[in-house]
Amino acid sequence: MAENGTVRVGIIGDRESVLGFMALGYTVCEASDAETARKALRELAQDESFGIIFITEALAPELTEEIDHYKDSPLPAIITIPTAGGAGKGYGMHALHRAVERAVGADILDQ
Amino acid sequence: MAEIHVNPTRMELKKLKTRLLTARRGHKLLKDKRDELMKQFLEVVRENRDLREKAEESLRSAYASFSAAAAVNHPAMIREALLLPKTERTLRYSSTNMMSVEVPVFSVDTSGDGDNDCFGFAFTSGGLDSAIARISELAPDMIRLAQLEKTAQLLAEEIEKTRRRVNALEHIMIPRYERAIKSISMKLDESDRSSRTRLMKVKDMMLKKKLEGARPDDTLFDGEENAV
Repeated sequence: MAENGTVRVGIIGDRESVLGFMALGYTVCEASDAETARKALRELAQDESFGIIFITEALAPELTEEIDHYKDSPLPAIITIPTAGGAGKGYGMHALHRAVERAVGADILDQ
Repeated sequence: MAEIHVNPTRMELKKLKTRLLTARRGHKLLKDKRDELMKQFLEVVRENRDLREKAEESLRSAYASFSAAAAVNHPAMIREALLLPKTERTLRYSSTNMMSVEVPVFSVDTSGDGDNDCFGFAFTSGGLDSAIARISELAPDMIRLAQLEKTAQLLAEEIEKTRRRVNALEHIMIPRYERAIKSISMKLDESDRSSRTRLMKVKDMMLKKKLEGARPDDTLFDGEENAV
């Protein structure tokens, strides 16, 4: 994790959601179930060259333990994105609300 | 509640008083820090929410066009087509200090011919081209989203920590010091009073003794007076 260094972007999810990101040069990990995703996430997160890891909403709820593990370190940023099929919709926003609750003590985001 | 047990001496009292002063100052500083963190956090989080809404929306529409393209082209073909992007994007990471929290800053360097096509036109449909164009359009938003979201998470953690410290100082440390100071000063006062009464008593006794010792003189004096 070098200062001012270059970092890579990883993306984990089902094929339909992530394949397009190959065109951006992201490291694409196809995972259709939680176990494969967990393995992929661990691998990417331990590799310090990854700065951002996107993970689809369909898989993220099953990997909260891993995701929370990296929550408080500056890198990598593990960010949930919507799934192509719309599975697990709203989880990313839910995570944001949780962060607000953690900081403020109450969810005041929609006020 | 656990109390501080110290010897009731003036030294300890002085030490405790300085500690209380430091605790009060620290409490005020931390409270200010918490308030400022909160202000910045709310700004970040609001922007984060708006950006997330926008990015999710455009990502969904990109998915829609991508799956339309994927339906026409063979998956293996798409994979092959996307394997070697012409445009090289490097993501630069640096960190900046936000209220003594290290937060990441991502910036994208695009090199290559600036054209998003990473494949020829021959084997894939035009739908794929537009799908890829959409995806690369929303890439900057996603990177920015990642940065904001990470910042929000880190700030949330810092706020939680600071709030805990403020509470610990306010409800535990400061009252504890105050109680210890009170008990020491009461004990000191008490021993002060007791030594004072002892002194008075001793003085009384000495006076009495002196008076008793002086009595013969008194009689002598009286006698003399009588004699005169």
